[in-house]
Amino acid sequence: MYRFILWLVLAISTPLALLAQKKTTPNKDTAHVSMEEVVVISQQNLSQKMEKPLSSLDNYLEKSSLINMVRRGSYAWEPFINGMSSERSVITIDGMRIYGACTDKMDPVTSYVEITNLAKANIHSGSAGTLGGATIAGSLDLVRKKSYFGDTQWKGIAFTGFETNNRQWIAGAGTSIIRPRFYMDVDATGRKAENYAAGGQKEVLYSQYAKYNVSSVAAYRLGEHRHVEASLIYDHALDVGYPALPMDVATAKAFIGSVEYVQHHLSPTILLSKTKLYYNDVTHIMDDTKRPIVPIRMDMPGWSKTAGFYSVLQGRVAIHEWNATLSGHHNYSLAEMTMFSNDSTRKDMFMLTWPGVNTDYGDLALKDIIAINDDWKATVNIGVGVHHNKIANTFGWESLQIFYPGLKQSKTRILKRLSAAMEHKGEQLIYSLALAYGERAPSVSEGYGFYLFNSSDRFDYIGNPWMKNEKSGNATLTATYAGAKLSVKLTGAYFYIKDYIIGKIQPGLSPMTIGGNGIKRYEQLPHATIFNSALDVNYYLTEKLTWSNRCSYRRGIGSDGINLPLMQPFSYNSGLTYAHSSFTADANVSGAVKHTAYSADYGERPLPSYAVINLSAAKRFAFKQQSLLVKAGVENLLDTYYTTFSDWNRVPRMGRNFFINLLWNY
Amino acid sequence: MLFQIKKISFALVWLSLLFVACNKTDNNPTPVNELEGLKQAAVITNSTHTITLYTATGTFQTGYNAIYFQVKKADGSLVKNATATWTPMMHMMSKSHSCPASAITMKPQATATYGGHIIFQMPSNSTEYWELSLSYTIDGVSYTATSQITVAASSHQVVTSFKGSDSVRYILALVAPTQPKVAINDISAALYKMETMTRFVPVDKYTIMIDPRMPDMGNHSSPGNEHLVQGADKLYHGKLGLTMTGYWKINLQLLDTAAHTLKGEPVSDANPASSIYFELEF
Ligand SMILES: [Cu+2]
Repeated sequence: MYRFILWLVLAISTPLALLAQKKTTPNKDTAHVSMEEVVVISQQNLSQKMEKPLSSLDNYLEKSSLINMVRRGSYAWEPFINGMSSERSVITIDGMRIYGACTDKMDPVTSYVEITNLAKANIHSGSAGTLGGATIAGSLDLVRKKSYFGDTQWKGIAFTGFETNNRQWIAGAGTSIIRPRFYMDVDATGRKAENYAAGGQKEVLYSQYAKYNVSSVAAYRLGEHRHVEASLIYDHALDVGYPALPMDVATAKAFIGSVEYVQHHLSPTILLSKTKLYYNDVTHIMDDTKRPIVPIRMDMPGWSKTAGFYSVLQGRVAIHEWNATLSGHHNYSLAEMTMFSNDSTRKDMFMLTWPGVNTDYGDLALKDIIAINDDWKATVNIGVGVHHNKIANTFGWESLQIFYPGLKQSKTRILKRLSAAMEHKGEQLIYSLALAYGERAPSVSEGYGFYLFNSSDRFDYIGNPWMKNEKSGNATLTATYAGAKLSVKLTGAYFYIKDYIIGKIQPGLSPMTIGGNGIKRYEQLPHATIFNSALDVNYYLTEKLTWSNRCSYRRGIGSDGINLPLMQPFSYNSGLTYAHSSFTADANVSGAVKHTAYSADYGERPLPSYAVINLSAAKRFAFKQQSLLVKAGVENLLDTYYTTFSDWNRVPRMGRNFFINLLWNY
Repeated sequence: MLFQIKKISFALVWLSLLFVACNKTDNNPTPVNELEGLKQAAVITNSTHTITLYTATGTFQTGYNAIYFQVKKADGSLVKNATATWTPMMHMMSKSHSCPASAITMKPQATATYGGHIIFQMPSNSTEYWELSLSYTIDGVSYTATSQITVAASSHQVVTSFKGSDSVRYILALVAPTQPKVAINDISAALYKMETMTRFVPVDKYTIMIDPRMPDMGNHSSPGNEHLVQGADKLYHGKLGLTMTGYWKINLQLLDTAAHTLKGEPVSDANPASSIYFELEF
């Protein structure tokens, strides 16, 4: 609680303190539009400023103060926006909805995009501002890089990297063909890693992985203001270990394809119209064949197929910059579990953990940014979605009726959202206040899951199709100061969530999992509150030397007084960056204080404080049109053994790791 | 989407076919085949009649057997007005005994097929055999027909015979589900007590408590179970929740009208199974 007060005081005092400072040269470039956070990762300048240009996308997203990445192994971390699990946010790739096929969340949407084919990540905080659909926590849209029509040109990139700790090899190449009426981008990346070692050379078993990813975009210009674009992602991961979980992945495949029609300058008021049709197919084969000792062998494959569309109109009328988006998708999710008795004469034990659930969703979203005057800007968003679930598999429907006699096969929900924000942009100070209301439907697992084992609290979870919509009201306050020597960004976001969905113990029911603690069913707390705060302070010591500091803190409490799980304790990162012409060097320390507000009810244990030191240096060599970027460094220099709040089952993080990345642009 | 439409149209065609099929049976009150779904299990003959016995599997097995039969005259015509009783006898090395057998009635909606149930507690083997005697009356004339029959052992325990704490010998047999599902299943059982070696009578108003477990998976239980109580058909009916396919042990406890436990023990960590149980595997 004292920390909350501390933050409150900080939140109030900082803008005042900053106002008091007088700076002569405003630096508007660093001031983001505070309603939306954008993490820019541009291929063209896969910059040497980045700590590790070929790191995983997970590592990058983790740098945003809005996002935590919950880690169950080396690969495919789950993005938490504003301290909330991925069910509470909308995560898309180029606006496309993708449903994971893993009941254990081993395949978040973010795992299908490689850092090398990502242009930027658009992150909206809270239910405000999102055009992607119903959400509570916010939205994350991964925008892939693509070229544009232009003078005939052919570009390429080849890259490779190696990391010592887990003997990870990274290799890939990309190419872009640009013509006045045509362009195409293709790139491919492969990664292969062995088990990593935590601090003190402790090997973390089942942390190996291998994956490759192919991404391609091609477009053809039909007229001056019209073009069609086709895009494809194929992502295949093999032999992925999840040390924090009792099972691994034999193979995880995703095919993601789309076609889009884009038209510009339709009329003086309609500047852009885009319509996209998409389809994706995810296969997830989870098993325990690599684990030598298990109480019982099991296979848990899952499949998810989604077809959808969106149609966007953007325009400008007087002081209004408006956007209207109509979207819809259909998903089918099915997951099985087969257990093999130790007595080979016995029949296999089979159940559907996701009972073949259809989700049909249609959404209309309207957004208006009103430039009231030079200083003041207002943003209004309104959206409504129709959400329909149907248990399409009779076996699964009958299974769920064990818990819900008389359960209807279908359920329709209306999901509303509304937000308003005001932003004031001064010479050096920008501040904004956003108020938002949003609703969401239970996810497939929350609504229809059947004996989904949670290895953290060791309960089997049962979905609850009879839950109400979860509803959230949230307020976000952002203040940004951009001076010549100093830039500061302070964010505070408060969520009051009604009918908060969380698992609750069902006394008297026997767990299915051997050694399980019992059964939890998804139920709804009358309410829960989540507070998020982040502070970024950058100080430009000299022309060449920057001191960057970042810290964040989150707190979540249910109305029953329990701590919500996976909430970030006070964490910080402080680093010095030296940049001189084509050379950069970086030293930083990141850590967290002791984690005391952990959630014992959800299997969490207290955590000591930690701090790790990272060093890196990069040099760009240019030869005419070509350039070579070399970046090398060491992470966790002191080989500290540590684990953080976001490490599932407290699986330790990587120990000392030397890396080298080579990127050749031509 | 196209796939979806295809699926729907397929479903519609299927539904309409079903509808036609249903209509057909509704419009035609005389079933074409009274033996639909039944297979021949045995033939018993005497000088006047040929009696063919049918079961769903074409065999007799330990446990509850729904048995149907037809009586055919020498000219091949079916007898429609017989009244019959049956007596199954087990001839063991040292003794003989009978087993629970119901009254015989006309099969519902049938005109020449008779039926009832017999609960065999044990299989026959090379030295110990079952003999089934049918006594029937047609137009005031009595006949008998007797034949040895083969009773196979069920692959799982579906009948249990035990002495209760009241010193009465009971026979408890699983009637349904015959095709268990991952769902809440309707479970039914027949309960008899043995008064003499040849006299078995149904027991009324007891309670059969069930506790289904999966011994291969840490002996977990399942939700949605309801204990069995007697219905109008004299059988005991309850609900059985099965959360997955595989091997299930349905642990049983038999309670009398005063709720005293006559046989069976609650399952706990220390006691993985009751002394009386049924088995299901699917
Ligand atoms: Cu999985």
